Amino acid sequence: MNVDVLNRTGVQPAASTKLAIADCDVHPRPAGAGIGGISTQLYPYLSKRWQEHVETFGIQYRQPWEKGSAYPKGQPQACRIDAWPDGGQPGSDLGFMAKQHLDPNNVALGILNPLTSGQGAMNPDLSAAITHATNEWQVAEWTSRDNRLRASVVVPYEDPVASVKELELRAGDANFAQVLFLSRTAEPLGSRKYWPIYETAAAARLPLGIHAFGYGGWPISPGGWGSYYLEEMVGHAQAQQSLLISLIFEGVFERFPSLKVVLIEGGMAWAPALAWRMDRQWAKLRKEIPQVKRPPSEYMRTNVWYTTQPIEEPDPRSQLADVFDWIGWDRVLFATDYPHWDFDDPAQALPLQMTEAQRRAVFLENAKSVFGIA
Amino acid sequence: MPTQALHRPIDCDVHPTVPNMAALLPYLEPVWRDTVVRRGIDDLTTISYPTLNPVSSRADWRDADSRKAATSAAVLAEQALAPFDTQLAICNCLYGAQALFSEDLGAAFARALNDWMAREWLDRDPRLRASIIVPMQNAELAVDEIERCAADPRFVQVLLLVGSELPLGRRQNWPIYAAAQKHGLPVGIHAGSTYRHPMTAVGWPSSWSEDYVNQAPGFQSQLTSLIAEGVFTKFPDLTVVLMESGVTWLPAFLWRLTKFWKGLRSEIPWVADPPASVVRERVRLTLQPFDGPPDPASVMRVMEHIGSDETLLFSTDYPHWQFDGLAAIPEGLDAGLAQKIMAENPLRTYPRLRETVT
Repeated sequence: MNVDVLNRTGVQPAASTKLAIADCDVHPRPAGAGIGGISTQLYPYLSKRWQEHVETFGIQYRQPWEKGSAYPKGQPQACRIDAWPDGGQPGSDLGFMAKQHLDPNNVALGILNPLTSGQGAMNPDLSAAITHATNEWQVAEWTSRDNRLRASVVVPYEDPVASVKELELRAGDANFAQVLFLSRTAEPLGSRKYWPIYETAAAARLPLGIHAFGYGGWPISPGGWGSYYLEEMVGHAQAQQSLLISLIFEGVFERFPSLKVVLIEGGMAWAPALAWRMDRQWAKLRKEIPQVKRPPSEYMRTNVWYTTQPIEEPDPRSQLADVFDWIGWDRVLFATDYPHWDFDDPAQALPLQMTEAQRRAVFLENAKSVFGIA
Repeated sequence: MPTQALHRPIDCDVHPTVPNMAALLPYLEPVWRDTVVRRGIDDLTTISYPTLNPVSSRADWRDADSRKAATSAAVLAEQALAPFDTQLAICNCLYGAQALFSEDLGAAFARALNDWMAREWLDRDPRLRASIIVPMQNAELAVDEIERCAADPRFVQVLLLVGSELPLGRRQNWPIYAAAQKHGLPVGIHAGSTYRHPMTAVGWPSSWSEDYVNQAPGFQSQLTSLIAEGVFTKFPDLTVVLMESGVTWLPAFLWRLTKFWKGLRSEIPWVADPPASVVRERVRLTLQPFDGPPDPASVMRVMEHIGSDETLLFSTDYPHWQFDGLAAIPEGLDAGLAQKIMAENPLRTYPRLRETVT
């Protein structure tokens, strides 16, 4: 899981024969950003009113702490210990990221997923202000400076009206590759509350990326709040299953057939068993959910993609090929999660026998296709 | 083990139905009987299994008049035991006692249900065994009920629901596990909920279908809790059986859990063995619903991923609708494995079943 990075200097040259890859989960972070506050790097894009608000009142989420997330991470900011630039913070320095990750790993396409953008903040107006500022910042500091990178439109998804407004600002802007949600929402994602966002995203041909974490206020377990960070990390796979069940059973893909959903950092090996379970129950219960016109697995086959990191590790690892067969090799998007601690190294994360076509699909072509990048 | 015992199935999950509140009244203590009558508590059927939902009761197993299924030992014997030549069956009554907000009322109903089970079911058919219903609201009261019922060897397991008030691994629940281990009773966790929390990690669903499918991820996070909190370390002789949980999700879940255990085990140092090994040794799953792949050829690939021929226990989930006719064994399952699932694995799992098989 954690590669041996202690001796890596960050200037490892890319081998000329190395396959170019897409990394569908890269985390930029404005220096100084945190759960309870925002970075002054965002100030150019944030009104004085909201700057003062955050400085005085902070940002509250549906979780206990003024600063830091519900479960203390395994290590500071959940980041690789070698990913801290001199005097800076992981993911805050494009030059450092390029040297440590984008160049040596031959990343041809990197999808930026900012996670501290005010999504899920209790105050909806504040959430709208910070997400807007974060989108401006992604263009100014990242995509305009490195053409390998594409930004995600972060939207204040608990306020669909504000989300649509933000999304309409970004429609047609090639700096942005997708709309980003966090997975732990206040309502299951099939809820009609969110449909205006889906309608706008589909019209703008922007896939909906749904990344692990969030602040919906619900425990992962039907037994309440677990005790450990490990439970939360494992549980993102359960949260992703639940939101996908909701999207399908509420008929979102019938209503918005061109909507693409990319599930990020929630695992993927669970997908086949979930598809089989949904299909079997749907066959008996479709009278209750007539909006679901096709077997649920078919929507998964046409509308859903999965990023690889943290890739499940069967023993033997070759069993992962069965999973890819069941999911479809065209559904799999490689991701590293840089600069987080559970980074998947592209050289080591998928020790599978793959055909050249499969390798190219998983590591690059599927991403170019889903994000519509030539 | 006598050879014959290995050839007739042991059904590890059948569901007697409480026909109505009147059936329970004789088994409630007077003060609680008065409470039920005075306050008009007419019915505690849980929304986990609505009476007329097609999955709650298979159409051909319903009574023509009441439209309810499995309301007597005789009908259960005729529909669930005889067709499969079942030698023993474990009854898991899914009534709403655990969901009551009053822990005293919950305990009163648990006592009534267990006594009703002994008189109306176990006394009437020697092939029947049962799980002890406990008031999940309070571990002390739950232990009292385990101690009271454990004297009857026909109670072979402690029954919990996957939707609990606290995560099942939490130490507040440990007295239940201590009592179960002491009496050689596996803890069976069944689909269903006390509805203190939604079944999903993202809030309340809008359909029964959605709630039911979400029971599988619910089992996953509860299994994480049991392992992470160290229940299997603290109680080395305890077996946990997941019932009506679905089966095929297990390997992918364990791959992820074991990977994060490698990365984060310093947070839970008491978990010394990889979770996949813990589950292989200590956790069993009932067969229905299997949630298998549509092509039978893939079934044994899934079983290879599960990696053990001792994990699954035969069940029909009667009268829930998981299969048609008598097709309780998923197509594509290797015959030798099916044979182990039928009786050998249940007998290894439940010490009290071994005592009574001749």
